[in-house]
Amino acid sequence: MEMPDPDARVISAKADIVRRLSAVVGKDALIHAPEELRAYECDALTAYRCPPLAVVLPSTTEEVSAVMAICHAARVPVVPRGAGTSLAGGSLPTADSVVIGVARMTEVLETSHDDRLIRVQTGRTNLSVTGAVEEDGFFYAPDPSSQLACAIAGNIAMNSGGAHCLKYGVTTNNLLGVTLVQMDGTVVELGGGHMDAAGLDLLGLVCGSEGQLGLVTEATLRILPKPEGARPVLIGFDSLEVAGACVADIIRAGVLPVAIEFMDRPCIRATDAFSGAGYPDCEALLIVEVEGAEAEIDQQLELICAIARRHDPVELRQSGSPEESARIWLGRKSAFGAMGQMADYICLDGTIPVSELPRVLRGTAELAESYGLKVANVFHAGDGNMHPLILYDANRPGDLAKAEDLGADILRLCVEAGGCLTGEHGVGIEKRDLMTAQFTGDDLEAQMRVKDVFDPDWLLNPAKVFPLAASASRRALAAE
Amino acid sequence: MIEPRSEDELAAMLRAGDGPLVPRGGDTRAAVAGRARLSTAGLTGITLYEPGALTLVARAGTPMAEIDRALADEGQRLAFEPPSMAAVLGRDGVSTIGGVVATNASGPRRMVAGACRDSLIGVRLVDGTGMIVSNGGRVMKNVTGYDLVKLMAGSRGMLGVLTEVSFKTLPCPETALTLRASGLSPERAVAAMSAALGTPFEVTGAAHDPALGATWLRLEGFEASVAARADRLAAALSGWGAWDRDADAELWPRLRDAADFVGGAGDLWRISVRPSRAAGVAARLPGRWRMDWGGGLIWAETPRGHDLRADLPGLEGHATLVRASPATHDRLGTLHPEPAPVGALTAGLKSRFDPRGLFRAAA
Repeated sequence: MEMPDPDARVISAKADIVRRLSAVVGKDALIHAPEELRAYECDALTAYRCPPLAVVLPSTTEEVSAVMAICHAARVPVVPRGAGTSLAGGSLPTADSVVIGVARMTEVLETSHDDRLIRVQTGRTNLSVTGAVEEDGFFYAPDPSSQLACAIAGNIAMNSGGAHCLKYGVTTNNLLGVTLVQMDGTVVELGGGHMDAAGLDLLGLVCGSEGQLGLVTEATLRILPKPEGARPVLIGFDSLEVAGACVADIIRAGVLPVAIEFMDRPCIRATDAFSGAGYPDCEALLIVEVEGAEAEIDQQLELICAIARRHDPVELRQSGSPEESARIWLGRKSAFGAMGQMADYICLDGTIPVSELPRVLRGTAELAESYGLKVANVFHAGDGNMHPLILYDANRPGDLAKAEDLGADILRLCVEAGGCLTGEHGVGIEKRDLMTAQFTGDDLEAQMRVKDVFDPDWLLNPAKVFPLAASASRRALAAE
Repeated sequence: MIEPRSEDELAAMLRAGDGPLVPRGGDTRAAVAGRARLSTAGLTGITLYEPGALTLVARAGTPMAEIDRALADEGQRLAFEPPSMAAVLGRDGVSTIGGVVATNASGPRRMVAGACRDSLIGVRLVDGTGMIVSNGGRVMKNVTGYDLVKLMAGSRGMLGVLTEVSFKTLPCPETALTLRASGLSPERAVAAMSAALGTPFEVTGAAHDPALGATWLRLEGFEASVAARADRLAAALSGWGAWDRDADAELWPRLRDAADFVGGAGDLWRISVRPSRAAGVAARLPGRWRMDWGGGLIWAETPRGHDLRADLPGLEGHATLVRASPATHDRLGTLHPEPAPVGALTAGLKSRFDPRGLFRAAA
């Protein structure tokens, strides 16, 4: 992965920069010894590593602002970091950068049931937001699978999704306001306890901007009343096409399940062997979950089963108890663990129109065969968010590069089918150089203009999102 | 009036144009009518509709009536319940889907289903330099690059001319039912609506009209489920009195379109506020008002030319001037003033997307 050359001037000024930072945050919130910096050299995309110049772990918005003002004045790049769980390399440092981590900013600042919101510092983990309100019958809806570990800061930066977004939407649909610290230290409040913007929707623009427009230190999140219950049904098919058609029919029928999960045969076999979930050995498996009161669940599942029967399923298993529900979900929830035990893998997350599911699955299988690699598919079918897992052997020379090339080809296939490169993980460095497959030069130009406005010196989270060639002239100009 | 027939033609016109080129759909929503200099009436037609994928794509000038018809034929709708503003603003134009997006127009269901910007999944536009830009697409989960879709929703023609918009659609529910309580004070009405929205019964409308002494709650879904939820909701809210079924089928469309303010003599404002502050705001209003979004939205009528924002110092939210004379719009500003750092970002975006100032006075 090509990264810009670190600024030698910044690296030689390290002692001075560290001294100035320590005046603002104190020694215990500042890391600069080489051996300690190793802990911050990568995120969950571990194939790429680079220790930063220093790491700062502030406790307040004011500290973040002061740190960023110092970095801005000294022209030091800043890499914002949530919990470091990005699968796309969204918080990969550069050697001349200061990482600002929000891990110590975990306070709940306000909870209001009347306004159905919670305001938190963004270092708080996704699951612990729900933890703060669930006793009162509420929850925070976006549920990325890393929700135990991932921070709200990263969720906002990447506009994270989850299994239940077919009904509840992704982060941007559940975000009411943020406190944003700009690169020069300016603190901006966007949104709040009310709905919609007075003027331009800058909140919507900031969400999903991968930490390149500012660092979000506080967030107002929408909380929702917990549904009374939820229950899944498991449906097996002997053809990918038929499973895809069944998904479309369920959606058209007017039921809105909270989740429609899809697994193909390689994934079914691997997860069943790993978890003992008792899945049928078939071509495609759907797990459809609905919510509501008991009677409502019955009615919705009845409708879904009637639709499924028209497609001649090889298995149709309704859950009759919490134990059976857990068993149905068991394999799906251990899918990534099962794959990890079999091999190293790369997890993609291209999104496609639901109608293209069978074609893209077939195309993926053909591509995998041409590369001599195995691909297992497990994904959110209701919204077309694919998660092909490319299996490879990290110890075999050249295998990772081959797997990455296959991944790029699969993502190009998603774009060609009318979809996009990433549905919930973000571009980061991982898909940066594929952006030209989805966007024209003018499309990227429009996005980079936004970056020009928020961060004219291009210092925030460098080398992510945009192909280096596309941003080269701007970075050169900013460096003058 | 400039009326391009295609996106390419529009781009050429904008590259050559020297402004001001105030863009408009049917001119049914703009703060001031008759200022249009650029019409999207030549950019029409639904270009893709896949009910099984819940996706609809249309050119910006497509009349809303055509969109509504296509969706109704498949038993679907736009979740955010787009209002028609023509009657309350006294306009006779044809409302377009591009105008809905440009004003982020959203009805009573907005508080739970999201605004127009939440259902919008893709845009195409031509900016003030004549550059054609595509962002988002036709899939509902997409985090590829910056989200210019949100930026364009509600941008009121400031940054560029929308040429095509893509939406996530939703199935229409089998039925809807409204519960009505009478005689609640504003404070108690907001408390009742907040309590209702805090239940798991999926309330999709919550409005209060002090003039009629009515507080309404809406439930939607399958017939049996709605009936059961209505009974349980009424029981849960019995502390606020009796909740009777209101059979008025036109209630929510009327609330959506602010039909109760049609023909009013005064100016009309739309105030977005935290629900828990709504009753306090209402107490300071100088004229007739009504609440929607469980208190999160207040429609308020004021004497002509009155600066409502001056009555609401420190408002956590914003007040938009909806209906007033052109002179009042120009004097008070249609949109709530932004704090300086936010205003600086807005001005920066405006100067990048429209460096020649083609779209002056577009709001």
